[in-house]
Amino acid sequence: MKNNHRFRRVATAALAASLLVGGLAACSGSSTTANAGAEGASAEDIAKALDTETTLTVWGWAPQLEPIVEAFEAKYPKVHVNLENVGTGNAHYTKLQNAVKAGSGAPDVAQIEYNALPQFALSDSLVNLKDFGAEELKDNYTQSTWGSVNLNDGVYALPQDSGPMAMFYRADVFEKHGISIPTTWDEYVEAGKKLHAADPKAYITSDTGDAGFTTSMIWQAGGKPYTLDGSTKVAVDLQDEGAKKWTGTWNQLLKDDLLSPVTSWSDEWYKGLSDGSIATLIIGAWMPANLESGAAGASGQWRVAPMPTYEKGAAATAENGGGGDAVLKQSKNKAAAYGFLQFANGPEGSKIHAANGGFPSTKADLESESFLNAESAYFGGQKINEVLVQASKDVVPGWSYLPFQTYANSIYSDTVGQAYGSKGDLNDGLKAWQDATAKYGQQQGFTVTTK
Amino acid sequence: MGWAFVGPFMAVFLLVFVAPVLYAFYLSLFQNQMVGGDKFVGGANYLQALGDPQFWDSVTRVAVFLVVQVPIMLFLALFAALALDSGRLRASSFFRISVFLPYAVPAVVATLMWGFIYGPRFGLFGSINDFFGLDLAEPLSSSWILASIGNINTWEFTGYNMLIFYSALKVIPAELYEAANLDGAGTFRVIRSIKLPSIRGAIGIASIFSVIGSFQLFNEPNILKALAPNSISSYFTPNMYAYNLSFAGQQFNYAAAISIIMGVLTVIVAYVVQLSGSRKDA
Repeated sequence: MKNNHRFRRVATAALAASLLVGGLAACSGSSTTANAGAEGASAEDIAKALDTETTLTVWGWAPQLEPIVEAFEAKYPKVHVNLENVGTGNAHYTKLQNAVKAGSGAPDVAQIEYNALPQFALSDSLVNLKDFGAEELKDNYTQSTWGSVNLNDGVYALPQDSGPMAMFYRADVFEKHGISIPTTWDEYVEAGKKLHAADPKAYITSDTGDAGFTTSMIWQAGGKPYTLDGSTKVAVDLQDEGAKKWTGTWNQLLKDDLLSPVTSWSDEWYKGLSDGSIATLIIGAWMPANLESGAAGASGQWRVAPMPTYEKGAAATAENGGGGDAVLKQSKNKAAAYGFLQFANGPEGSKIHAANGGFPSTKADLESESFLNAESAYFGGQKINEVLVQASKDVVPGWSYLPFQTYANSIYSDTVGQAYGSKGDLNDGLKAWQDATAKYGQQQGFTVTTK
Repeated sequence: MGWAFVGPFMAVFLLVFVAPVLYAFYLSLFQNQMVGGDKFVGGANYLQALGDPQFWDSVTRVAVFLVVQVPIMLFLALFAALALDSGRLRASSFFRISVFLPYAVPAVVATLMWGFIYGPRFGLFGSINDFFGLDLAEPLSSSWILASIGNINTWEFTGYNMLIFYSALKVIPAELYEAANLDGAGTFRVIRSIKLPSIRGAIGIASIFSVIGSFQLFNEPNILKALAPNSISSYFTPNMYAYNLSFAGQQFNYAAAISIIMGVLTVIVAYVVQLSGSRKDA
């Protein structure tokens, strides 16, 4: 009933808007208007909505949103955008979830990372953008990012950035100790041993346990721990072959104290990235801007190489972070909100995004000559985007996250984190994580199966 | 007529105390699921909590904390108060303010400060270990973390309790000391027979405050979690458990049940402490 009521309100608003500015939009008549769904709008409706005095509220923390909003307001002077930063990551999702639960107070548009998207999409908080014709945009985005927003036969966000993983490494450190750049995980473990033996203060990488990193590593290894069947059936299997492959490698590093026990994003971490005591990072392609600002002292020393693999020569990588923007069901002006998405996540917005240090998800930007050929002074003149764009093509397909991934990630340190803390077996940690995750899923009414 | 005087208090009391408790109790009788929505479940959340190993793990942890940290802190506070009261200290007002000062530092700032001191590589502990080539205890490791938090709390609240004791000592009539002096009682005899019995009430109050404070432990572990994520679980203390359940897990109803159980437990323990304190008076 509630939905019906809301539909009527939207319909009335749309009707009123079309009567007011009906004459103005006659020029954009080429697109199809027939397939506007229950909550959707045609291209004409969207154009009209963008030419009407409105205010949109956008929640997000990406630094690129600010210039994008400025450009949007310049192009559509009648639409005012309130850009609010209500927190980063989990803090943001908590506020968003609370507003959704409260039934009011949610923004029109929200930034949502790929791993949190199922939670909001499947709980019916987000507008299915197919109703606005988003399906047509499919070919503009990389296969892996489109796969991340395409859930249960709906499209729940438009991709903004992406984070195909690569190996960032300190050329100077490898050269100093005469270690060759690893291309497989076995070589990586060997390099870790050699490096730590040569300099007890140096580590191949830092890792104290991070849910996003773990799931990405399992992704690269070919694991598919989370499978969804419809919107209520979930299977959790953190003991599959991919997960075991990853723990097989990572247990060796953990057991032999080859991982720098420094928490990511701490001051100490940036110090390690600057002074060379952390020699590599396996991380998403959005990292260069962070390195430049956080580890300015290491300018000229970092390089990028493809992520090491389990089989020599068989390129494989995974997405790590990245996300897009979604329209909330609570929005009173969905057509204008979608119009904002079309701008921010379309060709115009993605250019601004890339120019401000973001790593795009749009094929046109990824393949543009100027992007590919850009030489980074920080990376000693290397054309880093050649490596990173190739990585975006090598992402292993078929991955999905849980519809309650943000909660699962919040209890990661209770389970897998314990294995890190005690230098135990990561497999046991993953088993504990799987069980705790499944228990929560069942409490939330899902049908959960585990192996 | 009497109601008119009590009225303003009652209105505020009902609004800010009784109403939230009742609302939490109401919430605790329901269950909200991502699949299935809201439903009435009666006492199911309470039954679940009573059989929840993570909940009891957190309760046990604060109980251990209480049994170890509270006596140490109160003993230190008592010692400092008696030292102040003895009149033998030079610069006693400087001593008093410097012991009290940590209480004026906000708990968040205090915890961050101690967190940096504890840090194994960047902190004071790390530097000391490095300088002497030692491998002393790591305060942020899972086996030491509770003691490290206890240390922060002791540092923060010793001065506060000292002031409670000291003000109680100040109101002891001077005649008692004169009489004791005439009877030839020494300093320690005076402490044992006059000072301690006279401030028993203050000790009781300080104990109850500390018991409640221990059960409500939240700020310190929640902030240190950022520095030591693998040592502090999401259910480290009952309050942290309730917080994470409701804000990370959207389980408001279950968190409400846990809060109510913790409230009842705290009242019981505080009452037992008060009883055992007042029995000595009889």
